[in-house]
Amino acid sequence: MTLRTAIVSIAALYLLISHQHVQAEVKTGINELDPLFEAFYEGRGDRRTEALDALAALRPPATPIDTQPDARELLQGILDGDLMFHKPSSTIVWAIKDGREFIMTSLDRTTNLGRDSSRKVKRLKLNNSIRAYLRQLIAALGLYSDNPTERLVAIEALIDKPESIEQKTLDELLLNEQDDAVMIALQSLSTRKQLGSADPLERLAAVTVLRTDLSSESRAAIVRIESRDDDENVRKAAQAIRLYHEKQVNLFGWAETLFFGLSLGSVLVLAAIGLAISFGVMGVINMAHGELIMLGAYCSWAMQQLMPQSIAAALLLSIPVAFLLTGLVGIIIERSVIRFLYGRPLETLLATFGISLILQQMVRTFVSPQNVPVANPEFMSGVLQINGVFSLTLNRLYILAFCLIVFAALVALLKYSRFGLEVRAVSQNRSMARAMGVRSARIDSLTFGLGAGIAGIAGVALSQLTNVGPNLGQAYIVDSFMVVVFGGVGNLWGTLISGMTLGIANKLMEPWAGAILAKILVLVFLIMFIQKRPRGLFPQRGRAVEG
Amino acid sequence: MLLINRFKLSALAAACLGITSLSLYAQDETIKVGVLHSLSGTMAISETTLKDTMLMLIDQQNANGGLLGKQLEAVVVDPASDWPLFAEKARELIEQESVVATFGAWTSVSRKSVLPVFEELNSVLFYPVQYEGEESSKNVFYTGAAPNQQAIPAVEYLTNVIGVERWVLAGTDYVYPRTTNKILEAYLQANGVSSEDIMINYTPFGHADWQSIVSEIKKFGSEGKKTAVVSTINGDANVPFYKELGNQGVSAEDIPVIAFSVGEEELSGFDTEPLVGHLAAWNYFMSVDAETNDVFIDNWLDYIGDDERVTNDPMEAHYIGFNMWVKAVEKAGTTDPAFVQDAIIGVSVPNLTGGYSTMMPNHHITKPVLIGEIQDDGQFEVVWETPGLVAGDAWSDFLDSSKDIISDWRAPLSCGNYNVSTSVCSGQNL
Repeated sequence: MTLRTAIVSIAALYLLISHQHVQAEVKTGINELDPLFEAFYEGRGDRRTEALDALAALRPPATPIDTQPDARELLQGILDGDLMFHKPSSTIVWAIKDGREFIMTSLDRTTNLGRDSSRKVKRLKLNNSIRAYLRQLIAALGLYSDNPTERLVAIEALIDKPESIEQKTLDELLLNEQDDAVMIALQSLSTRKQLGSADPLERLAAVTVLRTDLSSESRAAIVRIESRDDDENVRKAAQAIRLYHEKQVNLFGWAETLFFGLSLGSVLVLAAIGLAISFGVMGVINMAHGELIMLGAYCSWAMQQLMPQSIAAALLLSIPVAFLLTGLVGIIIERSVIRFLYGRPLETLLATFGISLILQQMVRTFVSPQNVPVANPEFMSGVLQINGVFSLTLNRLYILAFCLIVFAALVALLKYSRFGLEVRAVSQNRSMARAMGVRSARIDSLTFGLGAGIAGIAGVALSQLTNVGPNLGQAYIVDSFMVVVFGGVGNLWGTLISGMTLGIANKLMEPWAGAILAKILVLVFLIMFIQKRPRGLFPQRGRAVEG
Repeated sequence: MLLINRFKLSALAAACLGITSLSLYAQDETIKVGVLHSLSGTMAISETTLKDTMLMLIDQQNANGGLLGKQLEAVVVDPASDWPLFAEKARELIEQESVVATFGAWTSVSRKSVLPVFEELNSVLFYPVQYEGEESSKNVFYTGAAPNQQAIPAVEYLTNVIGVERWVLAGTDYVYPRTTNKILEAYLQANGVSSEDIMINYTPFGHADWQSIVSEIKKFGSEGKKTAVVSTINGDANVPFYKELGNQGVSAEDIPVIAFSVGEEELSGFDTEPLVGHLAAWNYFMSVDAETNDVFIDNWLDYIGDDERVTNDPMEAHYIGFNMWVKAVEKAGTTDPAFVQDAIIGVSVPNLTGGYSTMMPNHHITKPVLIGEIQDDGQFEVVWETPGLVAGDAWSDFLDSSKDIISDWRAPLSCGNYNVSTSVCSGQNL
């Protein structure tokens, strides 16, 4: 274990130096750690990384004196900023923020050190390179963990930096490993290391292994070998793999664009689908639609405020809450304003526009003019890594699925329920529906409420992607109308297809036209399309249209 | 979209006009100071805080005996993030309320909108936000950073300390990012960066879908050379941008993002865990360890009554600007803007980073430049700073169109736009 012996000897050196200090400037409560933390707190550059090395070597995980924190805990504490420096007592402590003060515990977590103002408690300075160094040290310590999962994490952290682990250490690990999954990871790491081997056959084997690895490090390695390797066979193999990689990268590039387009499309559909109901089915131009989305987003914020402990549950709960609440607001708007304006689209437009201003200002006044923070639950962050170049971001993936579920539920509701039947009856021929005993006024307000409720649900989804603030709605109102008009007024399927089409078209154009021009081009295309087909992609047919 | 926005805003503004015209009756003994910050509309997010800062500073000055034996009175108006309305409100402040100085504006377009009003009525405006430069008005004092006090040192840091060779200049599509990026591009090219190593990207205000752009940045950065993003993305578009970076696994250790418009206030809106290590360049951070800063923070938290609130760079700019104005008034012995304009040049006041800032003859101030890394508590850790103070340069030396132009408002030159090679003064005092 040369790595560790080297580290231990550096540590010993530090201990030696520390004897010259009569009184340590930085205290930890554990004598041997004082000089290391002092070097880390006051030193610069190399002195700090050396101190970390020594710290890692001094307290290997799971040493018998277990009441005291081990190296991984300490390094993690430094990395996370939980270990801080208390200025008046010159002590390194575990600190937890509480208002303007910190609650402090001694390094070995045995003594409560009281509390002090945040002025007196300083963070241990970190920067990107120290942070990367700490991560690597923590990972390296994990190599010797008793827990196979931790070992696996440690190896994965090293996989792109095979030069940072010594061959001897690796061989030793390979010899002792019992767990299958860890063994596979270790072997792959070892192959990576062979790229630098002197034997062409070993290099050839290593190159071949990289064929299935599309990560940028692997691709860069192949390119390097193709141009520089001494052995012709290795170069040829590398060339073949490079061509294969390029094809794959290109292919997955398209897949990625498609996914981006679908996910943008799903946001557009979610935002527009409520409007497809109120505008499409009822013919009401609802300028306050965006603000209903905003209210939905605030619901997910409010739920998180109510249950800060379980963010995921709060998010799931906020879906029905937002639906009911914005639905109710929708019904109130319909009963109090819109029902007096049926058949007068311009007045409806102005009135709902006024409502949108009122709703915005209400949020500014009663909540805050600032954006409010909405946290992403654990399952919404991160990526689904398909391979080295293609990954799907989880939040977008969930929202795409969510959009399809909402859409399916809505279509089913309109098609198979009695309520849906009545909605369609009223929208197709109001007087006939009334003659058949449908209470059209009630259906009107429920339909509007449904559209509003769905806007609320869209708001919950959007709260996971973008800012939740009073202006949230404005950003989506124009897009929503665009989607509904393009899809064909009164047609839910049209809304779905048009939203997805616009999303994909936007994303196809964005790389070469830029975000702004892409948006303009989509609008120009839309105007031309509407000239040609004024009723959109899927026009409504039959008597209802003439009426 | 824009049209609707404008329309909505002016409707709001019309409502506000009604309110402000009822304004407080004036006592003769008070000195009136105008506060021109949007309290509604898109910019309310940032500008409301500055309004509160001004009210706090004026309160403090009054508690300390006021100015020239009189009490100060703040006149707050709401230009509602509506650029033309800024000009109307400025006129109202100066002509009807007879304020002797105004503190306000945030976006460059709002500053450009009020500029003719201040020049015509010969009043003074203190503008507290970092901006693109290429301007020096007799009536405006720029207490925020000019490009050479923020953008250029940031790029120097990335080149020299981090070793960045490939650059993404990403910004929101309006005058500040466009001009700043033009200066940066010229600067980088002058320093031997080839144009294929520079990628420039603009997005609309409030851009929310960053998937393709982040993916492009990732690709651009995976070609072997160390890459960094210089971000002039403004306002709340930053939140989805950083979220997308986090989601696509772009860490600060791979591709650091240095931002010129992201401060403590912007970060207080969200979870900074995925952003740790990304950078910002400012002249002030709340985390700066200085006595004046501690006092300022305590006062602010007490004034606003909320321990979770933060302080930021434009607040410091107002702090400096207000104190400079107070000192200049005391020096001139009058609040008459015509005399204050002359008296304020050369005035030095403490800044919040432990030093002094001085008003230069070109109406810009001297400041230290700090580079900070975002921490998981939403604060910045200073990782680098300029050795001394940097004086704001109104006209960039890196643009062909402005490299010969200087600004000096002292007599006898008294010119904000003087071409040293042709010896011609153009612009305001022609």
